[in-house]
Amino acid sequence: MVQALAFYAFAFVTIAAGVMVVSSRNPVHSVLYLILAFFNAAGLFVLIGAEFIAMILVVVYVGAVAVLFLFVVMMLDINFVELRQGFMQYLPIGALLGLILLVELFFVIGIWSLTEERGVLATVVPSQTLTNTHALGNVLYTKYVYLFQAAGLILLIAMIGAIVLTLRSRPGVRKQRIADQLARKPEEVLDIVKVNEGEGV
Amino acid sequence: MEFSEILNVYLLPTAIIVAQIFAIIVPLLIAVAYLTYFERKVIASIQLRKGPNVVGPFGLFQPLADGAKLFIKETILPAGANKILFAMAPMLTFILSLIAWAVIPFDVGMVLSDINVGILYLFAISSLGVYGVIMAGWASNSKYAFLGALRSAAQMVSYEVSIGFVIITVLLCVGSLNLSAIVEAQKTIWFAIPLLPMFVIFFVSALAETNRAPFDLPEGESELVAGYFVEYSSMTFALFFLGEYANMILMSGMTAVLFLGGWLPPIDIAPFNWIPGPIWFFLKISLILFCFLWVRATFPRYRYDQLMRLGWKVFLPFSLAWVVITAGVLVAFDIVPTPLSG
Repeated sequence: MVQALAFYAFAFVTIAAGVMVVSSRNPVHSVLYLILAFFNAAGLFVLIGAEFIAMILVVVYVGAVAVLFLFVVMMLDINFVELRQGFMQYLPIGALLGLILLVELFFVIGIWSLTEERGVLATVVPSQTLTNTHALGNVLYTKYVYLFQAAGLILLIAMIGAIVLTLRSRPGVRKQRIADQLARKPEEVLDIVKVNEGEGV
Repeated sequence: MEFSEILNVYLLPTAIIVAQIFAIIVPLLIAVAYLTYFERKVIASIQLRKGPNVVGPFGLFQPLADGAKLFIKETILPAGANKILFAMAPMLTFILSLIAWAVIPFDVGMVLSDINVGILYLFAISSLGVYGVIMAGWASNSKYAFLGALRSAAQMVSYEVSIGFVIITVLLCVGSLNLSAIVEAQKTIWFAIPLLPMFVIFFVSALAETNRAPFDLPEGESELVAGYFVEYSSMTFALFFLGEYANMILMSGMTAVLFLGGWLPPIDIAPFNWIPGPIWFFLKISLILFCFLWVRATFPRYRYDQLMRLGWKVFLPFSLAWVVITAGVLVAFDIVPTPLSG
């Protein structure tokens, strides 16, 4: 009973937070609601026994991605009235996207509930002898190793792309080179002089 | 349902858990209060001063006096502030610094919640600490607070990455994410010895993660007045203060669990293993906290670009390389720890 109550609490808050992400006037509030939604999704994962995924969701999405979101959104100087003006104009395309997603979700759930195997993870995770970290590792690094590597490559390319887009080498900029500074010896830069009285250097 | 059934199934376990929570939080809050006293005394002796010595014997009642002073002051809400977020930020900081203690093991089996992904939980909670700071900075609607919040966000995100790699290295040597298992794995040797470079990186990253000197740029008083909490007064300020110090104790606790063998005595022989585990744990945390304060009294504040360079160009590549080396050594000598079941 407690589990069911917890499920409905998490599920309700997730959906409510999701609605608020879209409908709140202030973008910073939107991001904060998004974080709330992530949190409750993590709670749902814990309820089905996928504790590793729940923690990773919090670490990656709440701890890193949403921080950067918030970072960017806070720095934007947004005119809230202007932001709301295009609402009716974007409504049809937004509704269309929502509809497509909904139909796809129905397909996924329909096919999932019809097939007998229900994926590999469903058979692996509930095992009593392995923690679900080990269970995930066993599948991820053996059966799906190529997909895992491919995902890694995509991320690597995205990273290189971001670096290429932002890296500029400007001439005439003096940078601090810490290695050079540490490599300096007193003899190269210091000149110890014995100065006689009343003469100067 | 019978009343006795409800009592046994729901009320009694709840009461036990609440009692356990109080057993952790009350000593923790006392520890936070006396950490401020400890800090002032330690820094005073390093600087050849006396420190607080007026209120009570040896100034021992100073933290209580400070607390009472903050409590009776007026809470001020700035006119331009976003009121809800402004009030939420200090609460969030304080709550996050407390809930992490749920998984810290004080002795064999002496842990509120012995979950399998304990270390990930700690990592997740410590990475959330940045939200209190960002929300405070943004909701204050003040330039100084905002600049402090931005600095803090960038800084905490940067150092989390190397903390993550340090944790992975330790996990490779343990074969479990459970904190009790991590401590048990250090029976033969504390990880501080074979993983010494990672121990140093973790300690420095912990300084940066808790916004302590020499990485206290988010609150750099010489340029940002007090950084993100410049607009806060009275109890809202006190909650930030408590949260920051509780986080220091938490990071020290994590260091003790990951590298200094948690509740284990240094050598498992007669005079040492008479002392109970929680006392060893307390002593180790105190030692690391002393280092926190020692660093604060010794080093000048880092420049911001140097701080970023240290995080991304020194710690990140080094810890990444160390993860690969550790994994390589474990596989090459065939000493990969076997996964614990359960």
